[in-house]
Amino acid sequence: MEAVVEKITQMQGYKLHVVETDKYKTNTLVWRMKAPLSNEDVTKRALLPYVLQSSSAKYPTTTQLRSYLDDLYGATLYVDLGKKGEYHIVSFLIEIANEKFLTDPSPLLKKGFELLAEILTKPNVSGQAFDKETVEKEKRTQKQRIQSVYDDKMRYSNVRLIQEMCKGEQYALEVNGEAEAVDAISPENLFEYFQRAFNEDEMDLYVIGDVKEEEVKTIAEGLLQFENRTPQKASATEVQNRREVNEVKEVQDVKQGKLNMGYRTNIVFGNPDYFALQVFNGIFGGFAHSKLFINVREKASLAYYAASRLESHKGLMMVMSGIDNKNYDQAVKIIREQMEAMQKGDFTDAELVQTKAVIRNQILETIDTSRGLLELLYHNVVANQDIKLESWITDMQKITKEEIIAVANKINLDTIYFLTGTEAGK
Amino acid sequence: MEKISFDQLQEELYHEKMSNGLHVYILPKKGFNKTYATFTTKYGSVDNTFVPLGKDEFVKVPDGIAHFLEHKLFEKEDGDVFQQFSKQGASANAFTSFTRTAYLFSSTSDVEKNLETLVDFVQDPYFSDKTVEKEKGIIGQEITMYDDNPDWRLYFGIIENLFQNHPVKIDIAGTIESISEITKEWLYECYNTFYHPSNMLLFIVGAVDPDKIMKQVKDNQAKKDYKEMPEIKRKFEEEPLKAAEKKQVLQMNVQTSKCLVGIKALHVDQQGPEMLKNELTMNVLLDLLFGKSSENYYKLYNDGLVDESFSFDYTQEQGFGFAMIGGDTNNPDQLADRIQKILLDAKGVQTFTEEQLERAKKKKIGAFLRAVNSPEYIANQFTRYAFNDMNLFDVVPTLEKITLTDVQSLASEVIADERISVCQVVPKNKQ
Repeated sequence: MEAVVEKITQMQGYKLHVVETDKYKTNTLVWRMKAPLSNEDVTKRALLPYVLQSSSAKYPTTTQLRSYLDDLYGATLYVDLGKKGEYHIVSFLIEIANEKFLTDPSPLLKKGFELLAEILTKPNVSGQAFDKETVEKEKRTQKQRIQSVYDDKMRYSNVRLIQEMCKGEQYALEVNGEAEAVDAISPENLFEYFQRAFNEDEMDLYVIGDVKEEEVKTIAEGLLQFENRTPQKASATEVQNRREVNEVKEVQDVKQGKLNMGYRTNIVFGNPDYFALQVFNGIFGGFAHSKLFINVREKASLAYYAASRLESHKGLMMVMSGIDNKNYDQAVKIIREQMEAMQKGDFTDAELVQTKAVIRNQILETIDTSRGLLELLYHNVVANQDIKLESWITDMQKITKEEIIAVANKINLDTIYFLTGTEAGK
Repeated sequence: MEKISFDQLQEELYHEKMSNGLHVYILPKKGFNKTYATFTTKYGSVDNTFVPLGKDEFVKVPDGIAHFLEHKLFEKEDGDVFQQFSKQGASANAFTSFTRTAYLFSSTSDVEKNLETLVDFVQDPYFSDKTVEKEKGIIGQEITMYDDNPDWRLYFGIIENLFQNHPVKIDIAGTIESISEITKEWLYECYNTFYHPSNMLLFIVGAVDPDKIMKQVKDNQAKKDYKEMPEIKRKFEEEPLKAAEKKQVLQMNVQTSKCLVGIKALHVDQQGPEMLKNELTMNVLLDLLFGKSSENYYKLYNDGLVDESFSFDYTQEQGFGFAMIGGDTNNPDQLADRIQKILLDAKGVQTFTEEQLERAKKKKIGAFLRAVNSPEYIANQFTRYAFNDMNLFDVVPTLEKITLTDVQSLASEVIADERISVCQVVPKNKQ
C-alpha cells in the first residue's frame, strides 16, 4: 500500500486537510459542514446547499454558473447531504481537470478554489435575503426530492425502518428534511440560517490530488476565512435495548416484499471493539461469501440480495433483503439463525481469514478513489478521533474469534420492518 | 506484445493476440492499490437467434438466457467461485448488457492467482439440472425487484416503444416465464457458441507488470485446447426506421410521475471511427440541447417541469441505437411536448454558436479525464469500444475535430417526428 499522508492545518474557522497524490487526472476539493441534527433546522439545512450551488453574486443564473463550469473543462460541482450518527453533514464537491493532461496549459486548481469560495461566501442575495426566485425553485425541487423516496422501494423501506426503530431520536430525521416544513422557508430565514451555519458549524476542507500543500494553504488562506468557533456536539440519546422485537408491516402495491431488520450494535467508531464489529459484519452479511448471502440466497433461493451494513456513528446494523411476500417467516428465521450462529461462535477460522482478506482489499480499493479516501478520513472528524488509516488495516487483521463473539453478543435486534404486497404477508 | 503510448494522457497500453484468438490488453496504473480485470464475451441479451456451434440451423433461445448463463458460470461442481475469490482477498462480479457479458474481479493482492481464477472459471463451465433449477428462484427475485423499480420500467418502456422487432426491446433478465424454459442443454449450447477465446477480450488495469501478466495469460491459454472457430452466425429481423409506438403510459405505485422521450438512432450499421464520430457528435448535440448550461434546461427548470433527476443519454451498438431524454416531473404531458418541440426545432436553422460548441467539447474532454481515473471505466469501456472496432483513447482527438456542421447535419438527419416516442410512469388511478 502506498502511504497516504493527510496533512491537517487549523485555518481561520475550519480545518484544511491535504492529501498529495499523483494518481489522478483531476483534483478534488470537498467542503464539509457538520452540525447536530435538529427538528428545527433540518429542512432549511437540507435546502441551503442547493440554493448556494444554483447561482452566486458573480453568476446570478444557473445557466451562467454552469457555463463557467463547462469552460473549466467540465469541472463538476455538486452538493450532497448525509447523516453520520446524529449529525447532519453538508458537502460541496468540485472536481476539476489537472491541466497537465490537457493541450491547454492554463492552471485550473486556483480557478476551482475561487469558484468554491464564490459559492460558499458570495451568494446571490439582495439585502439580508437570498434571491427569491432561486429559493422558490429550489423549494419546489426539495419537495420533489423528499417525495421521490417513496418511489424507490428499497430506499423507502430503509427509511421506514429507521423511522420506526429510532422514533423520538434525532437520527430518525430525514437528510432531505420534511415536506411540511418546506413552505415555511423564506429567502430571509434561510439567509439567517446560512449565516448561522457558517458561524457555528464544524467545517473541513479536503484537497486531494497532484497539489502542493504550501500552495493549497496559501490559496485557501486568501479565499476562505471565517470566525473561529467551538463546534456543537450532538447530545447523545440514551437508548435502551428493547425487550421485545418491534415488528412493523406495511402493505403497498409491490410485487416484491422488502425485508429490513434493524439491530443496535452498541458500538461506534472509536470504541475499542469497532474493528471487531467490522469483521463481524463481514462474516455475517457484508459480502458474497457471508452467512446471509450463502443461506438466504444460495441455499434457500429466497432472494437476489441479502446483506447487512453498519452505521458506524450511530451504532446500528441494517439487514436488507428482497423476498416473496409469502416467504417472510422463513427469511426472518434464517436471518435470526445466522445471528445466533455468530453469537455462539459458529463460524470457522477459514471464514475469519477470508473475511479479513476481503476487508483489507475493500479498504485499499476504497482509498484508490478520492471520494472513498475522503469518507474514511472523515470518520475521525465525526467521532473526534485520530485513528490512522494504517490501523484500519493492521488492527483489523489482529481481531480474534473471541472478540467477534463478544461483539455478536452485544448486538440486539430492535425492529423488523416489512413492506409487503399483499394482506397475506401481513 | 505491442506497446501503445498515449502521451497527452500519460498512459501506456500493452496488447497481444493469443494464438487462439483472444485479445489481451494491459494498462499499468501508477500509484493505485487495486488491479481490476474484466474477461468479456461479445454476447449479450440481443444475441437470441443464432446458429449453434456445430449445427446448421438457426435457433431462437429463451429470453434472459445470456444473463442466466452469467449467473450460472460462477457455480462449479466443488462450489462457488465467489468463495474462491474472497479467499484470495478479491471481490468478483459480472454483468450482462445488450451486447456483452463481462466477468470481473478487483483485488489489491494475489493478482496473479485471481487472474488465473478468473480466466479458468470462465473457460470451464459446469451446469447441472439441480443448480439451474435453484437459480430460477434467485433470478426470479431479481426480475421482481426490477418490476417494482419505476426507472427501470420507464427505461425499458421507451425501448419497447422504439423497436418493432429488435431483441433490444426484451428485458435483459427475461421474464419469470421465459427463464422457466431454460435448461442446462440450452446453457451449454450458448456457452459453446459464444465463449470461444476469439470472441472474447481480457483487460487488466492496475498495479501490474505487463510482461509478467502477459506471459501468465499466454501460458494459461497454451494449456487449453481450443479448436479454430467458424464465424458466429447471428440473425436479426429487419427493423423499420420509425418508432414502433408513439406513446406508452405505465401506471405504477409512485407519487412522482416520470417521462422519457426517446429517439431511434440512424446509422446503426456503423463501426470503427465512423461510429465513434457519430456517437460523440450525438452526445455533443444532446448536451447543447439539454445540458445544464443550456437555455432549454434553464427554461424547463424555471417552469417547474424538471428537477435534478433530468438527464439524457445516447446508446449505439451494432444494429440498434437510441437517445433518451427526461426524468421526474409534475407534468409528464407538458414535459413530453416541450422536449419534442426542442428536438424538432433543432432540426431546422443553424441553432448553435461556435462558442457553445467549444464549451460542450471542453466539458466532454474534462469528463473523459475524470472517467479515466477509474480502472472500472477504462476496462469496461475499452472493451465495448474494441468490440465495435473503436479505440477508447481516440475519444479526445475525435471530439476535438467535431464541427458545427457535423452537429447540425446530424440533428437534421436523425431527428424526425416518426422516430420519436414517449414513455411515462404515472401514479396509479391518477392519470
